[in-house]
Amino acid sequence: MTQHILSRLLQAIPTLLLISFLTFIMGFLAPGDPIRMILGEHSDPQAVAQVRRELGLDQPWYVQYGRFVWNALKGDFGISLYNRRPVGDILRESFPATATLAVLAILLAVAVGIPAGIVAAVWHNRLPDRLSMTGVVLGISVPNFVLATLLILLVSVQWGWLPVAGWGAPEYLVLPVLVLAARPSASVARFTRTSMLEVLQQDYIRTARAKGVPERAVILRHALPNALLPVVTVIGNAFGYLLTGSFIVETVFAVPGVGYKSVEAILRRDYPVIQATTLLFAFLFIVVNLVVDILYTRLDPRVRFRS
Amino acid sequence: MWRRWKARPIVLVPLGYLCLMAALALFAPVIAPYRYDAQDETAVLQPPSARHLLGTDELGRDVFSRLVYGARVSLTVVLQVELLEVLIGVSLGLLAGYFRGRWDALIMRFTDMMFAFPDILLAILIVAVLGPGLHNVFIALALTGWPGMARVVRSQVLALREREFVEAARAIGLSHFRILWRHILPNLLPTVLVAVTVDSAGIVLAESALSFLGLGAQPPLPSWGRMIDDARQLMRSHPMLLFYPAAMLSLTVMALNFLGDSLRDLWDPRRHKG
Repeated sequence: MTQHILSRLLQAIPTLLLISFLTFIMGFLAPGDPIRMILGEHSDPQAVAQVRRELGLDQPWYVQYGRFVWNALKGDFGISLYNRRPVGDILRESFPATATLAVLAILLAVAVGIPAGIVAAVWHNRLPDRLSMTGVVLGISVPNFVLATLLILLVSVQWGWLPVAGWGAPEYLVLPVLVLAARPSASVARFTRTSMLEVLQQDYIRTARAKGVPERAVILRHALPNALLPVVTVIGNAFGYLLTGSFIVETVFAVPGVGYKSVEAILRRDYPVIQATTLLFAFLFIVVNLVVDILYTRLDPRVRFRS
Repeated sequence: MWRRWKARPIVLVPLGYLCLMAALALFAPVIAPYRYDAQDETAVLQPPSARHLLGTDELGRDVFSRLVYGARVSLTVVLQVELLEVLIGVSLGLLAGYFRGRWDALIMRFTDMMFAFPDILLAILIVAVLGPGLHNVFIALALTGWPGMARVVRSQVLALREREFVEAARAIGLSHFRILWRHILPNLLPTVLVAVTVDSAGIVLAESALSFLGLGAQPPLPSWGRMIDDARQLMRSHPMLLFYPAAMLSLTVMALNFLGDSLRDLWDPRRHKG
């Protein structure tokens, strides 16, 4: 068990190094001289040389890379080329919004997806199943920016029930969370259904029914806990994607989160911010997947004994 | 094969829709009454009429023509990305699955790493380095997409190489290249086709999402994602401008997802639709 966790932790290190190297190279290859971007196009060559030395940009690339990694570990990502603020501060300010949305969306997805999956499996091939599976197809196929725009059009513009976009009060949360939850709800429902169908065919369920256990208890107490095991992984993965993939939803709803900041930074070619958001997202994604993996190993004794 | 298709005529619906989209894309210059960038300042934001089937947008461009060319943009990206992805993914998957050993370990480690990275983020990162534009979107999506293909192909090859006909081919002394090319590759076709179909849905989605963010197709090129973004400004007064590209895009993704699922069921009846 401990060995498994350790080996997973060790496996994450080369991935993180690769990603940090890619993001570093990106800043290195990026067109334009960052110092001239900071000081302005027509600045004194002497001042440019001095700042270059101060920032260590006159060093060979491997020294710069080493410093990049070291500083990133300390939470120092340099300063934004656009507004010259420390990138670390920008991350600290924008992360809570992203995290709030992701946590609420995953809760909603679980609250919707698991019951929908159970209902679909219990009434297999009948109306409830068809309805939830239609919902699943829609949830997977309708792009989230389409869903977001349609919801704004309907709920905010036509009916005027909620604000179009913005941040700061609870009513701003409703639409972004709904949109973010659509896809994970669909995949949670789909997996719950498949897994339930499989479990319901097993012998111990037949035994429970033969003993005269009420159907409700058979489904909720006997079948569900086992069926939910594989769903844990799906939920975890979905959470990873929510935390790191909210570019579009944050942009549409003008949520000042990390995704919005990084899209903004890309359009402005603000490389230190792009590097920092990328590193943060990659780190979060890896950590979430690691935690899910470990959690799953703890939950399912079969996996534990195999490893 | 055909009998199983016939047993489920529902499959023909998404297939038909996709054929229609492909036809729109292929014959766009013939079908579209106007060029996608033809502006008419005297006919801005027109309602549907005989001259403009679905009306015009804020620059007086024919909406129907732009939708048709939008299909062409989507199809171009899908074809280019899939071509590259299949080329890289299938070759590496074959290499890893057939020869095993060091190459296998190396390739699989690399795909593992790629999987540990959210793919849309990687695509955005690549676009950030190369700069916005449809061509760079295509490069970004191909680079992020091949590991999935390599994995699927590898696991299939692992199973195939143990089969009798491969053993027989080896016994009569055929070269590795010939075994791979004539005996294993044809058997991969169903797997690859399913993977390509399901993947295409993701590519259409990703392209339109990047274009929506302003990182993909640049004006005046009409990507559906871009059209949706443009229409957002006008959704109060002209919601239909938003509706058309949104519907085309969603239906296309849905059709691809449906078709992918159906193909998988057809080729592998043991697998229940999940």
